[in-house]
Amino acid sequence: MDSTSLEPSLYTVKAVFILDNDGNRLLSKYYDPELYPTMKEQKNFENNVFSKTHKADNEIAFLEGMTIVYKSSIDLFFYVVGSAQENELMLMSVLNCLFDSVSHILRKNVERRCLLDNMEGVFLVVDEIIDGGVILESDSQQVLQKVNYRADDNPLTEQSVAQHLTEKLALTTNVLQSAKEQIKWSILK
Amino acid sequence: MTRLFQSNDQTLRRMCYLTIKEMANISEDVIIVTSSLTKDMTGKEDVYRGPAIRALCRITDTTMLQAIERYMKQAIVDKVPSVSSSALVSSLHMVKMSYDVVKRWVNEAQEAASSDNIMVQYHALGLLYHLRKNDRLAVTKMLNKFTKSGLKSPFAYCMLIRIASKLLDETEGGHDSPLFDFIESCLRNKNEMVVYEAASAIVHMPNCTARELAPAVSVLQLFCSSPKAALRYAAVRTLNKVAMKHPSAVTACNLDLENLITDSNRSIATLAITTLLKTGSESSVDRLMKQISSFVSEISDEFKVVVVQAISALCQKYPRKHSVMMNFLSNMLRDDGGFEYKRAIVDCIISIIEENPESKETGLAHLCEFIEDCEHTVLATKILHLLGKEGPRTPQPSKYIRFIFNRVVLESEAVRAAAVSALAKFGAQNDDLLPSVLVLMQRCMMDSDDEVRDRATFYMNVLQQKQKALNAAYIFNGLSVSIPGLEKSLHQYTLEPSEKPFDMKSVPLATTPITEQKMEIAPVATSKLPEKLAPSRQDIYQEQLASIPEFQALGPLFKSSEPVQLTEAETEYVVRCIKHTFARHMVFQFDCTNTLNDQLLQKVVVQMEPSEAYEVAHYIPAPSLPYSQPGSSYTLVRLPDDDPTAVSCTFSCTMKYLVRDCDPNTGEPDDDGYDDEYVLEDLEVTVADHIQKVLKPNFGAAWEEVGDENEKEETFALASVRTLDEAVGNIISFLGMQPCERSDKVPENKNSHVLFLAGVFRGGHDVLVRARLALADGVTMQVTVRSTEETVVDVILASVG
Repeated sequence: MDSTSLEPSLYTVKAVFILDNDGNRLLSKYYDPELYPTMKEQKNFENNVFSKTHKADNEIAFLEGMTIVYKSSIDLFFYVVGSAQENELMLMSVLNCLFDSVSHILRKNVERRCLLDNMEGVFLVVDEIIDGGVILESDSQQVLQKVNYRADDNPLTEQSVAQHLTEKLALTTNVLQSAKEQIKWSILK
Repeated sequence: MTRLFQSNDQTLRRMCYLTIKEMANISEDVIIVTSSLTKDMTGKEDVYRGPAIRALCRITDTTMLQAIERYMKQAIVDKVPSVSSSALVSSLHMVKMSYDVVKRWVNEAQEAASSDNIMVQYHALGLLYHLRKNDRLAVTKMLNKFTKSGLKSPFAYCMLIRIASKLLDETEGGHDSPLFDFIESCLRNKNEMVVYEAASAIVHMPNCTARELAPAVSVLQLFCSSPKAALRYAAVRTLNKVAMKHPSAVTACNLDLENLITDSNRSIATLAITTLLKTGSESSVDRLMKQISSFVSEISDEFKVVVVQAISALCQKYPRKHSVMMNFLSNMLRDDGGFEYKRAIVDCIISIIEENPESKETGLAHLCEFIEDCEHTVLATKILHLLGKEGPRTPQPSKYIRFIFNRVVLESEAVRAAAVSALAKFGAQNDDLLPSVLVLMQRCMMDSDDEVRDRATFYMNVLQQKQKALNAAYIFNGLSVSIPGLEKSLHQYTLEPSEKPFDMKSVPLATTPITEQKMEIAPVATSKLPEKLAPSRQDIYQEQLASIPEFQALGPLFKSSEPVQLTEAETEYVVRCIKHTFARHMVFQFDCTNTLNDQLLQKVVVQMEPSEAYEVAHYIPAPSLPYSQPGSSYTLVRLPDDDPTAVSCTFSCTMKYLVRDCDPNTGEPDDDGYDDEYVLEDLEVTVADHIQKVLKPNFGAAWEEVGDENEKEETFALASVRTLDEAVGNIISFLGMQPCERSDKVPENKNSHVLFLAGVFRGGHDVLVRARLALADGVTMQVTVRSTEETVVDVILASVG
C-alpha cells in the first residue's frame, strides 16, 4: 500500500475467472499481458486464490499484491481481480453485474452443469461486461439486452415431456373437433 | 469463416466475433474478414454493430486504420449507446498502436462526452484523458469543464477524482484550489463508489492537515460499520494508511476498529489490528498482542509481514514494552512461515536490540535459539554477524560461543565462514576467552571448505600476535575502501612494475552505503531485486573525470560532494555544482541546463574568484548547450600548499558564454552571436569537503589504534544552540564525518552526551573525533581529536573554533 496514487486509466480489471467446487477453471480471461503470461502461471494463481478463499465465504481478499473480489453460488465461484490500488467498489459492481447476468441466463440455476451447457452465452456476457480490461457495462439489464441469449430448454425433463404430450393431445382434440363439425355440416346440408 | 457470417442466428454471429478476437494474435490473412466486419459495422442491426467494431479493431493495424477511420468517427457519435461505447473503447486500445490517427478523433470524443448514457460518458472521458495526458493545460481545461457541468456516471466521477488528484500532485496545488473543493464535494455524492474514491484521494494527498482529513475520516468510519464486506475492507485499508501519517485523526474510530477485530474476514481483522497498533496507547498493547497471537496462524504470509512491521513501529514508540513484544516475536519465529516473514521478524528483533540496550540479552538468546534450526542461510549469517558484534560486550560472552561453534560444525559453508568470523571477534575482545577460541580455530583449519580454512588461518595468526592495533584493523573494522576502486588500483599496480609495496591509501574510499529505507509497510508482490554490487556514484565520477586528459595527472579521486544548486529553480539557466576533491587539487563540475528554447549557448565557462589563497589553474568549457540538454563545464583549482589549515573558502561564480539566438521550433542558430554573462550564487568550500566519511564499527578499537601522539583537546561554548540534538546535528554536518556506535542519537532527557565521529582526511590520514557535550545554560563541547598526521588535527580544531 504505497502512497503513490494510481495513474488515472480506464484499464481497471486485470482478470476474471469462474472456478468450480474443486478449483478447476471453467472460464477465465486475463486482460493484463504482464500478469501471468503463461498458462502454467495462470493455473497456479487460480489454485492459490481458490485455496485461500473457498473456505470462508467473504467477499474480498488480498493476494500477491492484488485485490480479489469473489462470490460463490451452489457449486461455482466467481472472481474479479484488480490491482491493489483499484477502487474495490468498482470491482464489486463488475462482479455483481457478472453474477446477475449469468444467473439470469441460466434461469437462476447457477451450477456447473447448466453453465457448461450454456457456455457460449456466458462467454458473450463476459465479453459485454469487460473489453480488454475496461469496464464496458455495469448494468446487468443492459448486458442481457445486448446478449439476447436464450438458454435452450432441456427436452429431457419430465415436465416438458408431459407438456409436449398435452400439447399434442390438445391439438389432436382440436383437429377431431373440427373434423366432427365438418362431417356434421356436410351431412346436414 | 465467411460462411458463418451468412448465418442469421444472432448467437452464432456473436460467437464469430469472439473467435475473431481470440485469433487476432495468430492469423495473418485478415482482409476477407475485415470486409464482412465492416459491412456489419455499418449495417442496420444494432445488436451486431458494437461487437463488430470491437472485433474489427482488434485485428486492425495502422494501415487499415486509415481506411475505416470514417466509420469509426461516425460510430463514436452514434446515438446508440452500445455502438458509441464500443467505438470509444476500441479507440482507447488503438491509442497504443497509432496515437496520431486516434488523436484526430478528439472532437468526436468530446461530443460523446456530453451524452446521457453513463457508460458512454465514462469511456469518452477516459479516452480524452489518454489523448491529452501530456498536455497539462488541456487536462486542466477539461477538468474545469466537466466539474462544472456535472456528470451522471459514477464511474466518470471516479475517473475525474483520480485525474484531479494527480493534477494536484503534479502542480503541488494548495488546498484552496477548486480541484480540492471538487473532490471534497464528491464526499457528499449519492453513490458509495464516488464517496469512497473521494475519501481515498484526500487521504493520499501528501500535505493534508488533520482538519482536511476529518470529513474523509468520518465517512470512512461510517463505512466501517456497513454490512457489505467490501466496504468494510476498503474503509479499514484506507484508515490504515491514514494512521501511518496522522495517528491522531484515527483515534476517533478506535471503537469501530475494535469491533472489526472479530470480523469473519481475516484480512479485515488484520488490517484493523495493525491500525489499532499504530494508534493505540501503551496500556492497550498487551490486550492487542493477545488478540493477534490467537489468529496469526490463520492469515496469509503477506499479512503476517504487515503485522510484524506494525509491531516494529510500535516497539519504537513504546520501548518499555519490549519484553512482551520479544516474547511474542520469538513465538512467531518458532512457527512455520516463509522467508520474507522470518526475515521481517529477525529485522524487527534486531532493531529492538539496537534501540534498547536492556533487551539485548533476551533478544540475543532468542536469536541463538532460532539459528539452531534455521533453513535460510542469509538469516543465519546475519544473526551470526550480529552475535559477533554484540556478544563480546555482554556480561557473559561464553554462553554464545557454544551456539556459534555448533554452527561451525553443523551447517553449510557460508554459515560456517560467518561463524568463524564471529568467533574471531570474541577472541579479540575478551582476553580470558582467547585460549579457548584459539583452540576452536585450530579445529576449523581442518575444515573441508577453503573459505572457512582461509578465514580460520588468517584469524589465528592475527590473534596470536596479541596486538590491539592489529586486532582493530583486521578483525573489527573491515575494509573501508570501495571494491571496484580496489580492483582498478590493483590492476594498475600489476601492470606497472614498481619497487615499493602496494599502498592501500591510494585506493579511493567507499562512500558510506546509502541504506534505502524501504517504506513498504504493506503487502506488496515480492519483487526480485538484483543484489549485485553496483558501482557507486564515486566510481562513476572517477570514470568521467579520468576521460578528460587534463585531469589524468591529478591522481585518484578522493571525494565527490553532493550537488549544490547555484541558481533558483525556475531561472533561465539552471546550474548545479559538484565538488571533486583530489590529493592536492579540487575540480568543480558545473552541470548547466539551458531552459530557453530560443537560445543556443556555446563555450560555457564558469569563472571563479576565490576569497582565500586558492589558485584557479584551468578552465574546461562546455562546448555547446542547446535547449534542455545538460552539459558540464569544469574548473581546476589548486589547493594552497603553504598554509594547510586554510581549508575553507568562498568563490564568487559568474557564468560566461557565447549566446546565439535560434529559432524556437527548429533549433537552427543564427550565424552571429554575442558574449554574455550570468551571475551565479556564491560557492562555499568547507572542511567537510576535505573529509570522507568512514564508518568504524568499533570506535574504541580504532581510537586505540590511531594512538595519542597527535592528540589535541579543546573546549568550546556553542552560543546559538539550545538542545543537544541540534548541536549533534550541526557538528556532523559541519565536519562531514561519520557518527559511530549510533552516537548520533541522543537519548531523551539527558544533559550530556558523547559523540564519536570518524573520517579520513584528504591524503589518506585517519582522523577520529570524540566530542563530549553538556547541556547547562547553553551547550558546552569538549573536543578531542586524534589523527595520524598533526596538521590534520590542527585543521579540525581551527575550523571548529
